[in-house]
Amino acid sequence: MGFGPFLLLALMESAVTAATLALTAVGLSLVFGVMRVVNVAHGEFFMLGAVSAWFITTWVGGPAWFSFLVALAVAPLFVAALAALADRIVLKRLDYEPEATIVATIGLMYIFQQAALSFYGPQAMPVEPPFNFRIQLPWFGYSAYKLSVIAFATLVLIGVWLFLTRTRAGLVMRATQVDRETAQAFGIDVDRVYAGVFALGAGLAAIAAVLIVPIQQAHYLMGHDPLLLAFITVIVGGLGSLRGTIVAAIFIGLSDGLIAFFWSPTLAKIIATLLVALVLVFRPQGLFGARQQ
Amino acid sequence: MTNLITPTRRTLLKGMGAGLLASAALPGHVFGQAAPIKLGFQLHRTGIGAAYGRWYERTAQAALKVVNDAGGINGRPVEIVFEDDATDPKRGAEVVEKLASQAGCDLIFGPLFSHVVIGSAPRAGELKIPYLVCSEGYHVASGMLNRWTMQPGITDVRAQVSSMAPWVTQNLGKKVTMVYPDYAFGYDHRDFFTEAVKAQGGEVIAQIAIPPTETTFTRYLPQIPTETEVLYHVMVGPAVLTFVKELGDFYGSGARPQIFGFIDSLEAVDTASPGLEFLEGTHFWEAHNRVKQADASEAETFYRAAVGVDDNGASVSDAADVATYSHMFSVWETLSVIKKGMEAAGYQGPADRQKFVEAVEAMTTFDAGQDHPQGDKVFNGKTHQVFGHQFISKVEGGKLMRVHQTAIEDGQYADAVDYSTQSF
Repeated sequence: MGFGPFLLLALMESAVTAATLALTAVGLSLVFGVMRVVNVAHGEFFMLGAVSAWFITTWVGGPAWFSFLVALAVAPLFVAALAALADRIVLKRLDYEPEATIVATIGLMYIFQQAALSFYGPQAMPVEPPFNFRIQLPWFGYSAYKLSVIAFATLVLIGVWLFLTRTRAGLVMRATQVDRETAQAFGIDVDRVYAGVFALGAGLAAIAAVLIVPIQQAHYLMGHDPLLLAFITVIVGGLGSLRGTIVAAIFIGLSDGLIAFFWSPTLAKIIATLLVALVLVFRPQGLFGARQQ
Repeated sequence: MTNLITPTRRTLLKGMGAGLLASAALPGHVFGQAAPIKLGFQLHRTGIGAAYGRWYERTAQAALKVVNDAGGINGRPVEIVFEDDATDPKRGAEVVEKLASQAGCDLIFGPLFSHVVIGSAPRAGELKIPYLVCSEGYHVASGMLNRWTMQPGITDVRAQVSSMAPWVTQNLGKKVTMVYPDYAFGYDHRDFFTEAVKAQGGEVIAQIAIPPTETTFTRYLPQIPTETEVLYHVMVGPAVLTFVKELGDFYGSGARPQIFGFIDSLEAVDTASPGLEFLEGTHFWEAHNRVKQADASEAETFYRAAVGVDDNGASVSDAADVATYSHMFSVWETLSVIKKGMEAAGYQGPADRQKFVEAVEAMTTFDAGQDHPQGDKVFNGKTHQVFGHQFISKVEGGKLMRVHQTAIEDGQYADAVDYSTQSF
């Protein structure tokens, strides 16, 4: 295969990675930005999204596109509800103490993982893609579904952006992010905002997972890699900065994909981790983060 | 109110008395029959080998029932203690320890994944407990392991690939590209298939190693040279379906080489899954035909019913639950060898473990039949490795149909080790 087609394929693959990574990382970044919670269980919300998509498509049955759409609508809502519950039962009671919430979310991670192992099982299960159309280029074929993942993820991200900048709920969230006490003094129910943000973050990870599950299959250990990449992205982009997260997701998704393509996936991980170290040393607030006052 | 929860001294004494009585009465009941022989099973119930583990457990239960229905071993009932090793080498060694020391098993069998076997076998050697693996790896016959480790249930990769290479080069093509998992099992494929193809006047023009935990594969596919005549693929782990699907997407309706796969790439996966239509006309190695063939023996029919697999190779209770049919027979056949070995050794307890190993080493051939439903085999007591027939199947109408069967001699090679001269 010539270099041109090779690069094209590499770019398309990397774009899929970048798109789902952006969704997952924006969820993680929102939770950190607004709640100051380092959510170690974020990868498990991703996994729960994929696993619930499998359950939903299996129960609903019918044509693949129909059951997939139901899963895409219901699975993120279910995961978001679960996250809101976890916030109310666990995080709120810890007063969102940074150290305590890290330990608590590690605990949640194991609980979700083992629950999935108990109720879903150790095997990987496929979810049928909504359509099986293949784009045939002169050099190779490519799944049209994968391209639609990029498009859909972009739409969701635009939606999140509009939600945060154009709606009252978004305004309330941003206000809480800037100054929790003042927001509270202005009559904002911070507890509700926190539950909502935690749910939104988990829901975004779940959407990414539902999109990815027809490509990768649902497995109870699948949350690990997205968590790692999302953390790298959020640190590079700047904790709590939405724009930074998206830019970093595109950058890391593409570079990870391209390096993995032309050299090796291990090298891609090494470079990404090195980048995190460099950012932490030379620009601790991240590429787009605001310095803490 | 507190009386309801806090026991009085009298109730406590009563309870203790009842307990004492019960424990005094129980042994009489247990000793009414012979103590069971305890076999430890190192199971990949979770982790990347979970699909195999699920079926290995079912096969072991089915084989156990057959053995016990026929009167057990040496007149004693047999029980199997299953212990999950999470398909993890470190955990594997702990499981060996636990089964041997805590559960008090007479021997251990059942592990499949080669990195787990290589990580666990040294512990079995130290504990001096027979360790019968169902793993396919060449690590047993290579001399890498120890006298306590044996593989009497399944042919190793070296023999499998060398016996099939002539058919592949003569019927599919001579320029081969290999895609294999990047660990011990994959290296056996890489080393011995490359060697065997060379011996046939062919050439392996590219070797593409993929980490077994990889979840996406498209990035590796452009490395397949365009002049490739045969694409040889073998993949394991939870993402095998993704691998095969992405392979199909990659070639699409364009020109593609002949495809020869190890069924490992599709174990526990339905060949008729959406997205796999491109597999039509491609070939697979099978150790045991997943789809019941027209000439299936009576023993094959019996085995299939006993393990609960239908004629298409899926569970009789769930058509979507496809078996790991080309591997799981090794569990059944290993249990047959254990029974035969224990009977030949007059096995009574752990003191006879050495006698058991010597009895298995003395075995030479296994006849096809209910004990060996996959077919007849030759056992090499020096290398602790068994050799059987291999099958090449073609996907026709979404089903794997056998087109070639190798002879046992095709896969045999010179001994690299003589375990029987090593000390225990």
